[in-house]
Amino acid sequence: MALRPFAISTRTGVSAAALVALLILAALWAVLTRAEYGSGLGPAEWSAIHFTIVQATLSAGISTVMAIPVARALARRQFAGRGLLVTLLGAPFILPVIVAVLGLLAVFGRAGWLNMALAGLNLPTISIYGLHGVVLAHVFFNLPLATRLLLQAWQTLPAERFRLAGQLDLTPRAVFRAIEWPMLRQTLPGTAALIFVICLTSFAVALTLGGGPRATTIELAIYQAFRFDFDLSRAALLSLVQLVLAGSAAFLALWIIPNISIGGGQDRPHQRWDARGGVQRLVDSIAITIGALFLLMPLSAVIIRGLGGLLVTPASVWQSAVISIGVALCSVAVLLLLALPMAGWIATAKRGSVEAIGLFGIAASPLMIGTGWFILIHPVADPVLFALPVTALVNALMALPFALRILVPPLRDTVQVYGRLSQALSLQGWPFWRWVILPRLRPQIGFAMGLTGALSMGDLGVIALFSAQNHTTLPLQMYRLMGSYQIDAAAGAALILLALSLGIFWIFDKAGRAHAQA
Amino acid sequence: MKYLTLAATTFLATSAYADTPELVVYTYDSFVAEWGPGPVIEKAFEETCACDLKFVGMGDGPALLARLKLEGARSDADIVLGLDTSLIAAAKATDLFASTDVSAEYNLPIAWNDESFVPYDWGYFAFVHETDLTPPHNFRELGDSDVKIIIQDPRSSTPGLGLLMWVKEAYGNEAPAIWNSLADNIVTVTKGWSEAYGLFLEGEADMVLSYTTSPAYHIIAEEDETKVAAPFDEGHYMQVEVVGKLANSDQSDLADAFMKFMVSDAAQSILPTTNWMYPAVMPKEGLPAAFDQSIEPGKALLIPNEAVPALRKEALAEWLSALSQ
Repeated sequence: MALRPFAISTRTGVSAAALVALLILAALWAVLTRAEYGSGLGPAEWSAIHFTIVQATLSAGISTVMAIPVARALARRQFAGRGLLVTLLGAPFILPVIVAVLGLLAVFGRAGWLNMALAGLNLPTISIYGLHGVVLAHVFFNLPLATRLLLQAWQTLPAERFRLAGQLDLTPRAVFRAIEWPMLRQTLPGTAALIFVICLTSFAVALTLGGGPRATTIELAIYQAFRFDFDLSRAALLSLVQLVLAGSAAFLALWIIPNISIGGGQDRPHQRWDARGGVQRLVDSIAITIGALFLLMPLSAVIIRGLGGLLVTPASVWQSAVISIGVALCSVAVLLLLALPMAGWIATAKRGSVEAIGLFGIAASPLMIGTGWFILIHPVADPVLFALPVTALVNALMALPFALRILVPPLRDTVQVYGRLSQALSLQGWPFWRWVILPRLRPQIGFAMGLTGALSMGDLGVIALFSAQNHTTLPLQMYRLMGSYQIDAAAGAALILLALSLGIFWIFDKAGRAHAQA
Repeated sequence: MKYLTLAATTFLATSAYADTPELVVYTYDSFVAEWGPGPVIEKAFEETCACDLKFVGMGDGPALLARLKLEGARSDADIVLGLDTSLIAAAKATDLFASTDVSAEYNLPIAWNDESFVPYDWGYFAFVHETDLTPPHNFRELGDSDVKIIIQDPRSSTPGLGLLMWVKEAYGNEAPAIWNSLADNIVTVTKGWSEAYGLFLEGEADMVLSYTTSPAYHIIAEEDETKVAAPFDEGHYMQVEVVGKLANSDQSDLADAFMKFMVSDAAQSILPTTNWMYPAVMPKEGLPAAFDQSIEPGKALLIPNEAVPALRKEALAEWLSALSQ
């Protein structure tokens, strides 16, 4: 590459990245300033670090590999309900942890559907609790996300490629090797790194489905250090371990990603000549059925359980719902301001290591960020007043890595394909964004906005630390209901939360794709 | 940042008039929920005090203490309500609490003479199960049986810590052996009480660690008599929830009045059916009938507050090594 297109200014991107790094490091620094004594990392912490790495690696590997056939099948097939299924792929990811766990256990638990069926057939029942349970839950959360990311990548492949493959009568295997594999090589490492980092900070899921203290993650150790031991230096040290692990994963993944372009096309819809055979059809049907069942069964359990609870759900849940929607929309706005310039910078940089900064947003324990900012704000103002803005900001930070993963690959292609032409036409800065990037990235921006909104809706996050009684978000309200025996009402609130999250996700996602389909 | 402070104070000033004194009470989440005791207590107290009582809810007991430690002497709080006996030693170590002379005719199974904290309600930990189960009568029987239980993690939850202390107090040096025998009964360990109780109600286990008063909730609020607590013959560990005044409170008299109010009949009669615990002082009208069906432990176990921090460390290490094998 003799000439790199410089159509995008890196200044705003650099500032956005610096801001993100500052937000996290300031929190870490604040926690350290208040640390009094340090007990360092004992054997319990080291075994937590070990377990965290093992489960996150397994979860990331399995989710990513399993997503390939499902995404491929969805990319090659049109069927009734496909759109709905693609939207629902966003669902597990945005569910509050406890809801997802209850949904999973309704299917795989001791008294779950699977074990009831096994017992009915006089087969031995299975136990979900253990490392396999942790991985199963994390795959449930992340397989749909990985599928969506891969599906998005599949759709950026130029239709002309498949036409050419059809003319050459390439076998499905050859098509996979020549067209799909190079695309996957660019997408898989980043996806796997992202899921690895998400699983790094898992806590309640890992503990509950892991069946006991063997399944202790770093996040649990951080929680213990903050809450029960008030050992801030250990909490900060463990947070740092999390950040380093996430940073290494990101660095490794971005280092593997080859810096190649797929090449441009004319944005025609795909027609797949290679996928018409019976075997291919069968393979795709199996992949979609298994993927859909795995996704939909726990979701149906949540819905069935919630319908009964809707009647006893108190009115305050609706007030919280309004607050949650407000927070979600703010998060979306903040996210766009951070993600677009950063994505622009990453896409024009030779190596994408900057994306690692984005990953820190989820690698940092929300408890650490919340506590750190509490320490910073408290001397100058009442932190309760900042509860909602801080929540919106932290939620946007959490969504940033997803948004970057969604935006960067197509943005990089756009810059590589159209950069030189645009430069020749002196199309730079904002006009380049306005006329070239934004229209071409509309589906990805919609997806990223939807994901952020939904994620922000479902997140308990830092609001619990700052909360006052008059602005309660919906997830917090749901936890309060559960905490006062009102399990049915909580199930109702969970259903409302699911519906709202999916709604916000669907609206943004649809708005993004509407243009592409027209 | 000065502007922020200015904005903040202006905002606060408009919400509460300068001549109505404001009493800020930090408490745990479920206390301030609309179905919890908070709203009723607020209304009842404001009728007597010509003040504005402001509850600020945050997480659970440990979260409350952590928040207080973060804020230190600058805290806006006048009162902290909701620490329990396992946290009192740690709370005292902060030197943030004032001593009090509030006292009452307590209905507690133990003698209460703490100079800073006033108890407002209490309960016994117990394993709750469905009536169709024949429960074990102690931890040894439980360990030998194949009854499946769900417990909370003592590193993240107060009931979990209570169980740790329960076994330690009842069995002392034999506690590790008890935990070894319980290992195969424990379906899973959860982050907090809500998760554990939720899983139990969904049928994931035969018994769940909760309180002897839990069945009363099901009887009164749901007319469901199928949940009972299992009496254990080594005795039951207690949890006493307390309220304390901060030394730096700018509403010292009002804070004293509130603490007195918390042990008065007006507040005590509200607590049983909103917080689902035993009142610290027996209300004039007695307890709701459903509470009579609660089991009466033969022996109340409680480790002295000062001894908790050291024992907790030891018991936690034993628990971890027994359940990590």
